[in-house]
Amino acid sequence: MLREKITELKHQLIQDAGLVEDMISRSMRGLLEKNADMLYQVVKHQEPRVNAFDRSIDELCVETIARFEPVARDLRLVIMIIKMNKDLERMADHAVNISESGLYLIANPFIGSYSDLFKMGEEAVAMLKDAINAFVNEDVATAKSVRGRDNIVDEAGDVILKELTVVMRGKKDTIPRALALMRIAHNLERIADLSTNIAEEVVYIVEGRDIKHHKDEGPS
Amino acid sequence: MDSTGRIEVKDLNFYYGTHQALKNISITVEPHQVVAMIGPSGCGKSTLIRIFNRMNDLIPFTRVEGKVLVDGSDIYDKNTDVVSLRRKVGMVFQKSTPFPKSIYDNIAYGLRILGIKDRRILNETVEKCLKRAALWEEVKDSLGKSALSLSGGQQQRLCIARAIAIDPEIILMDEPCSALDPIATSRIEELIADLKDEYTIVIVTHNMQQAARVSERTAFLMHGQLIEYNKTTDFFTKPSNKITEDYITGRFG
Repeated sequence: MLREKITELKHQLIQDAGLVEDMISRSMRGLLEKNADMLYQVVKHQEPRVNAFDRSIDELCVETIARFEPVARDLRLVIMIIKMNKDLERMADHAVNISESGLYLIANPFIGSYSDLFKMGEEAVAMLKDAINAFVNEDVATAKSVRGRDNIVDEAGDVILKELTVVMRGKKDTIPRALALMRIAHNLERIADLSTNIAEEVVYIVEGRDIKHHKDEGPS
Repeated sequence: MDSTGRIEVKDLNFYYGTHQALKNISITVEPHQVVAMIGPSGCGKSTLIRIFNRMNDLIPFTRVEGKVLVDGSDIYDKNTDVVSLRRKVGMVFQKSTPFPKSIYDNIAYGLRILGIKDRRILNETVEKCLKRAALWEEVKDSLGKSALSLSGGQQQRLCIARAIAIDPEIILMDEPCSALDPIATSRIEELIADLKDEYTIVIVTHNMQQAARVSERTAFLMHGQLIEYNKTTDFFTKPSNKITEDYITGRFG
């Protein structure tokens, strides 16, 4: 019946989110530790598992709507799970992009410490973790706090971009590596954006209010 | 969980006099499945489930062709004992049909007919069946009261308790919730989900959403023909027949 389907949906989404979080962490750690196996694992083994969750959650949502006609909070939950599932699947693709750039970067000498990039990665992962915790605990305050942190990641990305522009100007042979680093920064920005989406979706589930596109209030 | 309670219908034709109500139906219901039968009025869905325990025998000028097997035995074989068939294949009707007796006697009735007189066994069975039908807590202090004093939903659960008292393998339900309010309906639906571990359940319903909620497989009949028999999830998300799609999306019927 409906309650069992909803429990199963939540369970699958939480497992999926845990896997995606691990993929992002590994894609950054693989670069930091110059561990190609770890990066390959993200691409070859973890991403197909996220794709399987994507299909399974989609199917279960369609079945739940067709068979049990959820309404009110149940309806909001099922519809938002469809969106969160898509958000997570996109994040997994970004983790794959990061891993692929990482594989190129670790095969070449580093141009700098990449410490800002790692901080950016940590913040993006923390945002996803908090968004999912907000979902599990139906915690609107935490969800709203995630929404405010998107700017931190964006600003860190801008700083990295400026620094790399200077590096590239100074030494042309650094350009391919700098572009790979920019690609990673861009993927982290997108992960932060998608974490923000999940946080906004949590607010909609709990309160039925749509706060997308800063519709009703500022971050807080 | 045992594996009895299988229904297999092969090339079934059924006639009320000269009117053919069912046309060349073949369908298998596996043990411990909940199967819903849907279709417009007069499509033959009630006729079909009444064949499973030969309730149509009571109607004059009816004729059956083809095979109907319950646990492998042909129920229309001339040697079939109809009483033991109906013991194996119980039925709950659209309108609740409690006997004008006490709650207790409604459940004990079938057992007494089977020759069970031992008070302890009767007491235990009455309690077990009322618990199984999720009615015990509401009636345990008033078992001597008339069954007719119960609400419609309670009467229907009493009829389910009465049906399971004689330990059937299959329970047929002919629109069991059509006279009930949404709360009583949802209690019966929960009960169906709960009972399927022990019984095969075939339910006829006019309510498509009820079929979607309670069943694992859904059969759609129209003009006496089986149009589609499919997993319920597939039936309501990607039916394999265009006529099914048109019917469940309200384009006709």
